[in-house]
Amino acid sequence: MLDPVPLAEKPPILEMRGISKSFGAVKALSDVSFTVKEGEIHALVGENGAGKSTLMKVLSGVYPHGSYEGSILFDGDERHFRDINDSEKLGIIIIHQELALIPLMSIAENIFLAKGPSKFGVIDRDLRYKRTRELLAKVGLTEAPETLITNLGVGKQQLVEIAKALSKDVRLLILDEPTASLNETDSAALLELLKEFRRNGITSIMISHKLNEISEVADRITVLRDGRTVGTLDCHEGPVDEDEIVRRMVDRDLESRYPARTPKIGDVIFEVENWSVYHPQHSSRQMVKNVSMKVRAGEVVGISGLMGAGRTEFAMSVFGRTYGRDITGTVKIHGKEADTSDVHRAIKAGLAYVTEDRKHLGLILAEDIRKNISLAHLGGVSSSGVIDDIKEMKVAQEFRTRMRIRSHNVYQETGKLSGGNQQKVVLSKWLFTGPDILILDEPTRGIDVGAKYEIYSIINELADAGKAVIVISSEMPELIGTCDRIMVMHEGEFVGEVAGEEATQENIMRAIMRRKGR
Amino acid sequence: MSTPQEAITAPKVATSFWKDNLRDYGMLISLVAIVIFFQVATGGILLKPLNITNIVLQNSYIVVMALGMLLIIVTGHIDLSVGSVAGFIGGLAGLLMVRWGVDIWLSIIVCLVVGGLIGAIQGYFVAYFKIPSFIVTLAGMLVFRGFMIAILGSQAIGPFPPIFQKLSSGYVIELISSEGGLYLTSFILGLLLALALVWQNFRSRARRITHGVESEPMGFFIGKNIVVLAAIGYVAYLISSHRGMPNVLIIMAVLIVAYGFFTNRTIIGRQIYAVGGNARAAELSGIKATRLVFWTFVNMGVLAALGGLVVAARLNSATPKAGTGFELDVIAACFIGGASAYGGVGKVTGAVIGAFLMGVMNNGMSILGIGIDYQQVIKGLVLLGAVCVDVYNQRR
Repeated sequence: MLDPVPLAEKPPILEMRGISKSFGAVKALSDVSFTVKEGEIHALVGENGAGKSTLMKVLSGVYPHGSYEGSILFDGDERHFRDINDSEKLGIIIIHQELALIPLMSIAENIFLAKGPSKFGVIDRDLRYKRTRELLAKVGLTEAPETLITNLGVGKQQLVEIAKALSKDVRLLILDEPTASLNETDSAALLELLKEFRRNGITSIMISHKLNEISEVADRITVLRDGRTVGTLDCHEGPVDEDEIVRRMVDRDLESRYPARTPKIGDVIFEVENWSVYHPQHSSRQMVKNVSMKVRAGEVVGISGLMGAGRTEFAMSVFGRTYGRDITGTVKIHGKEADTSDVHRAIKAGLAYVTEDRKHLGLILAEDIRKNISLAHLGGVSSSGVIDDIKEMKVAQEFRTRMRIRSHNVYQETGKLSGGNQQKVVLSKWLFTGPDILILDEPTRGIDVGAKYEIYSIINELADAGKAVIVISSEMPELIGTCDRIMVMHEGEFVGEVAGEEATQENIMRAIMRRKGR
Repeated sequence: MSTPQEAITAPKVATSFWKDNLRDYGMLISLVAIVIFFQVATGGILLKPLNITNIVLQNSYIVVMALGMLLIIVTGHIDLSVGSVAGFIGGLAGLLMVRWGVDIWLSIIVCLVVGGLIGAIQGYFVAYFKIPSFIVTLAGMLVFRGFMIAILGSQAIGPFPPIFQKLSSGYVIELISSEGGLYLTSFILGLLLALALVWQNFRSRARRITHGVESEPMGFFIGKNIVVLAAIGYVAYLISSHRGMPNVLIIMAVLIVAYGFFTNRTIIGRQIYAVGGNARAAELSGIKATRLVFWTFVNMGVLAALGGLVVAARLNSATPKAGTGFELDVIAACFIGGASAYGGVGKVTGAVIGAFLMGVMNNGMSILGIGIDYQQVIKGLVLLGAVCVDVYNQRR
């Protein structure tokens, strides 16, 4: 794939210098430098939360100039993008992971959504269709321009997105995990397309977790970790060492960020057997594929995997069938088959699920701490259907002290608490239901280091109290630091299991990557 | 990503108390201000015993329906069909009692059950079929208006049997011989109600204090109770010096107390607020949101039917025009009373105050001779203003 002009001598089309970006006290990017040369395919890799998407949002103007530190040079000139239109004018086009097409509009309408051939403000349909056909041909699609998006598969939708980008005279194409939801044939076609773009002088940035794909197409690879650039590898200087990339992606010291615990593991109290779940809308898409797992009392089991691996789908479908359709399989609690067919029954059976999305699924933000804590177990603070407000308040105060929820009283609106304190309220709510099995989905997402430590301590306390705890997390160090056993999920299946003491980020990542390569 | 903001400094108790409760008392203060304004503007006619009784009678059905509407709005829905349903049920009552001579009590039960069924049908489409309530009840509004005209054949049916008329135009039977024109039984009933309220307040305050729960300042508490006692006592006195306590006022008071208790203190009441506040989170906490939404519509249907009966009894005939535009007054009462259009927020007391606020304005403006045209303009502006103030307060 070597071009006549060596890469090293090509001018940079894009330079991002010393980019820093914070959200409140959380530093998402610190002093990131990132250079892309004209005509190359540049891969950007890193763990979930390493800052890849944030960096691309800075580049495309989603985060406007002034909201970050550092400078962006495009074609050698410093640019101050105020919004995404500014960057699009220069030909910087970003294609997001979640496709932004309007399902009930045609391909042509989607491609020329904002602007397009028109006469005196009236759409010139024939011209539109003609141009659409030309664009579709470039990405290898033969569909009619009037086809509705909803009738296309994900792979073709992805190609329509790219055709849309081409309609805007793209110079720098940014693809955020373009092959994440594609099957192998579609992925291969997409990668071929990228190579062809390279021949036509279009520069691409590709964010991906799939190392085999990256090593196939990328000219250079930049690794991000914890919001910093770890380094850039040139793929033309020698064979790409995937292990080297993985090591750079995950290397991090664990120090004492995780409170110590001596596990006291008892009998198996939670079993899921042959669990299968299908996508709620696309009934042919199997999200969880016949998986089984066992958890013992006092055990903390982690579920690792990339975004979209099916972890949340698995957990929510078990918890009262709150996700998916055509769910099959059995759940056993304390050796007996348990009815978890709705949330109410699942709670009764001793199950609790702490959502990954506390703002939308976990809390009633306009209500106070007290009402949120009692919500899942109102029976516990009432008699014959009437709530005892004093008892409710006392329960809330007890949890406020025990979980160290920082607020001035239990009557404070949960919407006004910090992320960490909100998470503690959600945890309190579920602890009040008296569960035997807790599933914690991304329990420390978006909360600061101090609060994280407290959440880990709570996990330890729960395990010590003989509960079975399942932790779903995208942060591998967190799983390694807290779990007795880590199961690796990929594309709806468990593809590996690592004992806590043997777990390293490398061998977890390798389990995922190996699977992807197949 | 969230912005961590630790360490909330505790503000002084007194200021936070006022801030927290301003919203609750703001509405009451507005009502009092409007009453005073019209009392002065009408040269004292507004608070004449006859007029007070009239205000109660004129607004009773709005209050009754507002109780049901509040629950619907709290779940995040709306019911536009209540006026038509009330009218339809009035027509049905006329048909049953006047034309077919069915027993009064049986007719009333049939009417309430039919109301509940209508609510169930609409609730089914909203809750289980997930069709926006705005559309379902807009359809219901047309359908039941049409049915009513069909069964009445576009003419009024009446008069109703005297016992049924008593529902709206009857008064509490006087057990004690009245002296000096004062209906003592009614007055005593009113005073008892006021005392019961104050006693309840004292009891719950004492309970809170023994359990060490923060409570409102003592001075404020006593002041509040004196005001409650005086206001209810005064209204009871006025009403008792006209014809005594209307039956419908008793029904209304019982319903207000029952719904107040239901929304504040029961598990189901709490769950309704949770569904309105965040339906997904409520469902994931084991609350059966769909079922609750369904039942709020059934409840609304029954109360709309009751409202329809009260109106029919008051007009003493079932007319094809009955119930027209009620939905707007009922919905306005809830929103003026502080309910949120986004769901999850709203109080029974607020809706009742909202209904009376509208009622006093209607009445006062009529006395002042303001035409129906400008009455509507003013009511519309008051609705908009009240909600603006509320939204502004929440944004602070």
